[in-house]
Amino acid sequence: MEIVGQLQKQFVDFTTSLYREGILDGQFVELQKLQDESTPDFVCELVSEYFQDSEKILTNLTTALQQQVVNFKVVDDHVHQFKGSSSSMGALRVRNMCIAFKSLCEEKNLDGCLRCLQQLKHEFYLVKNKWETLFRLERQILEAGGAVPFVDYRFY
Amino acid sequence: MELCNCIEPPWPADELLMKYQYISDFFIALAYFSIPLELIYFVKKSAVFPYRWVLVQFGAFIVLCGATHLINLWTFTLHTRTVAVVMTSAKILTAAVSCATALMLVHIIPDLLSVKTREIFLKNKAAELDREMGLIRTQEETGRHVRMLTHEIRSTLDRHTILKTTLVELGSTLGLEECALWMPTRTGLELQLSYTLRHQNPVGFTVPTQLPVINQVFNTNRAVKISPSSPVARLRPTGKYMPGEVVAVRVPLLHLSDFHIHDWPELSTKRYALMVLMLPSDSARQWHVHELELVEVVADQVAVALSHAAILEESMKARDLLMEQNVALDHARREAETAVRARNDFLAVMNHEMRTPMHAIIALSSLLLETDLSPEQRLMVETILKSSNLLATLINDVLDLSRLEDGSLQLEIGTFSLHALFREALNLIRPIASVKKLYITMSLSPDLPQYAIGDEKRLMQIILNVVGNAVKFSKEGGVSVSAFVAKPDSLRDPRTPDFFPIPSDNHFYMRVEVKDTGSGINPQDIPKLFMKFVHSQPHATKNSDGSGLGLAICKRFVNLMEGQLSIESEGLGKGSTAIFIVKLGIPGRSNEPKLSFVHKGTKNQVKPNFSGLKVVLLDDNSVGRMVTKGLLVHIGCDVLAVSSGDECIRVVTHEHKVVFLDVSMPGVDSFEVAVKIQEKFSKRVDRPLIVALTGNNDRMTKENCRRVGMKGVILKPVSLDKMRTALSDILEHGYLVESQ
Repeated sequence: MEIVGQLQKQFVDFTTSLYREGILDGQFVELQKLQDESTPDFVCELVSEYFQDSEKILTNLTTALQQQVVNFKVVDDHVHQFKGSSSSMGALRVRNMCIAFKSLCEEKNLDGCLRCLQQLKHEFYLVKNKWETLFRLERQILEAGGAVPFVDYRFY
Repeated sequence: MELCNCIEPPWPADELLMKYQYISDFFIALAYFSIPLELIYFVKKSAVFPYRWVLVQFGAFIVLCGATHLINLWTFTLHTRTVAVVMTSAKILTAAVSCATALMLVHIIPDLLSVKTREIFLKNKAAELDREMGLIRTQEETGRHVRMLTHEIRSTLDRHTILKTTLVELGSTLGLEECALWMPTRTGLELQLSYTLRHQNPVGFTVPTQLPVINQVFNTNRAVKISPSSPVARLRPTGKYMPGEVVAVRVPLLHLSDFHIHDWPELSTKRYALMVLMLPSDSARQWHVHELELVEVVADQVAVALSHAAILEESMKARDLLMEQNVALDHARREAETAVRARNDFLAVMNHEMRTPMHAIIALSSLLLETDLSPEQRLMVETILKSSNLLATLINDVLDLSRLEDGSLQLEIGTFSLHALFREALNLIRPIASVKKLYITMSLSPDLPQYAIGDEKRLMQIILNVVGNAVKFSKEGGVSVSAFVAKPDSLRDPRTPDFFPIPSDNHFYMRVEVKDTGSGINPQDIPKLFMKFVHSQPHATKNSDGSGLGLAICKRFVNLMEGQLSIESEGLGKGSTAIFIVKLGIPGRSNEPKLSFVHKGTKNQVKPNFSGLKVVLLDDNSVGRMVTKGLLVHIGCDVLAVSSGDECIRVVTHEHKVVFLDVSMPGVDSFEVAVKIQEKFSKRVDRPLIVALTGNNDRMTKENCRRVGMKGVILKPVSLDKMRTALSDILEHGYLVESQ
C-alpha cells in the first residue's frame, strides 16, 4: 500500500506540474470527467487519436511549407485543424503556438512559419512525452492495486 | 699712691670727652639690651620665622655687646681689677660670639635675601592671578548675561520683543553707547534701520545692501570691527571727537523652508539683518575677544528666536484661516441641508397631492372604458388614460430622481435569482419585440451565480429600461442581451479610467451588454443621453414617448450599485450597445448547500430528459469529434457523429432533436448545411434545433449563425457543465443560453 501511496503522490505532483507549467489546461480536466465505468479508456483513446492526427498534420505542414510556392491558405487550414484538436485536448501550449502560427500565415511570413513549425513540433513532442509519462504512471498505480487520483488543477 | 690694685684708664680723664663717651656707652648698652627684647617680643608675635636659633645667637651677641659697653662705664673711673677682669672676659666673649655670628651671617644673609626675592615673585604672581580672576569673573558675568538674554529672547515669540530685548540686554551687558539693528527690505536691496537702543524714532534710514563693508560683514559669521564712519554706524550725534569702536555682526533670517531634517540650515540664499554695536565714545575701550564671541552667540540666538517667531506666526495664521473656512463650510452645509429638507418636504407634499388626482383620473378613465362608448369617445378616453399614465410615470420618476440625487434613496437588498430576473424582464419585453418583428436573444454566462444579492426591483427597472430602449429604437433586426461575470481586466474601460472595481470574496461584478440593430446614435450625442429631460433623438418618431428621464435614472441606480452604465454606437444606422456593470453580492456559504441542493434538484429533473436524446454531431476534426461525442454520450445522449456536410444532411431525421454543427471547419460551409437541414423538414415541428460549435467568439460568426436560423452558438472548448446547461436551455426555451 505504501508503494501505491508513493505512486499516487508522484502522479499528483506530476499532473499539477503540467497544469502549473501551462502544458495542459482545464480542458483536460473536463475530458477526464467524461471517463467513467462505461468508458474506462476514453481519455487514453482520445490521446492516441490526437497523437495520430497531429503527426499527420505536422507532416502535411512540413510538406506544404517546403513547396516552391507556398500556399498559405492550405497551411492556415492545417494549423486551424491542429489548433482545434489541441484546444479540445487541453494542450494549451500547442494551441497557443498554433495561434501564433496562424498570424504568421496571415502575414505570409515564410521564415517565421518555418521557425514556428519547429517550435510547434517541439511543443507537441513535449506534450506527447508528458502524456505518455502520465499514462505510464497511471498504469503503475492501477497495477499496484490503487486508484488513480483525480487531479482538478484548480484545487492544488 | 694707693695700692688698690686698680686699673687706670688708658687715657687721661678729660672731663668733657669722658662725659660724652660715658653717655654714649650708656645709651649703646641700653640699645643693645633693648634690641633682643624687641626681637624676642616680635618673634614671639610672629608665627613664622625660620631662623630662631640665629636669633638666639644674635641675641647673645647683642647682649654681650651691651654688657661690654655697660661694664665699660665702670672703666671710666678708677676701677678695681675685678671690674677689669670682668670687662676683659666680657670683651673676649663678645669677640667670640660676634665672630661666630659674623661667620654665620655670611651663611644666612643670602638665604634671607632670596626669601625676599621669592616673596616679591609671589606677590607679583598673586597680583596677576587677581587680575585674571577679575577677567574670568567678568566673563562669567557676561556669560550669565548672555544666558539671561537668550532666555529673555527665547521666552517670547513676538518679533518686536525679541529684538528690543536683545538690544537692551546687549547694551547693558556690554555697556554700549548705541546698538542698532538693520533689517533687509522686501526687495533685499536695502537695509532699513529698524530698531535702536537709544536713538528715538528710527524711521526711514536705509543703506544699500551692496556696500563693501556690509558685504564684508555678511560674508562671515564672525563679528567684524568696522569703521565708525561707515554709513551704518553713523547714528550718534556728531561732534564727539573720539568715537568708540564699532562692531557689526550678521543675523541670519531663517525661514521654515531653510530647515532640512538632517542638517543645520544651509546658508545659501540668505537674507541677513545687520546688528551694529558701538562702544561709548571717549572711553578708549577696546573690543575684547570674549565680547565679540558674546555678540556672535547672541546673533545666532536671535536668528533662531526670530525663525521660531516666524513659524509661530505662520501657523497661527494658518489656523485662523482654517477656522474661518470651517465656519464658512459649516454654515454652507447647514444652508444646504435646510434647502434639501425644504425641497423634500415640498416634493413629498406635491407627490401626495399630485398622485391623488392622478389616481382618480386613471381609475375613472379605466372604468369609463368599460362602459359603452362610441368609437370617438373610446379614442378620447384612451388618450386620456395614456396621457395620465405617462404623467403618473413622470411624477414617480421625478420623485425617484430627486431622492436619488440627494442620496436619500436606499437600495432594497435581497437575494434573488438572476436567471429568473432576466427571464421575467425578457418576457415582459418580448411581446413588444415580436410585434415589431424583432428578435430577442438572451445569454447568461454559466459562471454567473444562480443567486445574487442586490436590489432586484431596481435591477429589473434597469434591464427593462435599457432593453426597452433598445427595442424602441430598433426598426428591424433585434436585440441581444448577454450577461456575464466581469473580469478585472475587462472592467477597466479606457473611457472611464477612474472605475476600478475589485471583485472580492463576497461580491462580483456582472456585466450586461444589450446590443441592438437599431438606428444607432451619433457619438457626439451620447453624453446627452444621460441628461435629464433631453430628447436624444432629434428625429424621434411620434411613437417615442420617453420622458427623457429613463436613462438618467438608470445611470443613477447603476451608480448606486457601484457600477457603470455606458452606451456605444458606431454611428447613425449602425445600431448601439448599452453596457452596464453592477456589483452584486454572492450568497454566503451557509446558503450554498441549500442552493446546490436546489440546483441538483433541477439537474435531476433535466437529466432524465437527456437520456436517449437523439442528436447529430458534425465535425471534421477527428479529435474534436471524439471529444464532443464523448461529452454528449456522458450526458446521456444518443449521438450520431458525422464528418461531412452531405452525410450530415443525409442522416438527419425527425427523431433527432438537436444538430450540433462545427462552424469553424475550413472546407465545409456549415451554414449551407444548416439551411439544407431546415429545408429538409417542411413541418416546423420536425425540425431539429441547430446549434453551432465554434472556437471563434466574433460577431460575424454569431450573425451568420443567427441568419441561417441556428438557435445558438456554443464556444469551444465545451465543458461538461456548459454542455448540460446549453442543452437544457435549448430544450426548454427553443433558443440557446449562449455560452461564453
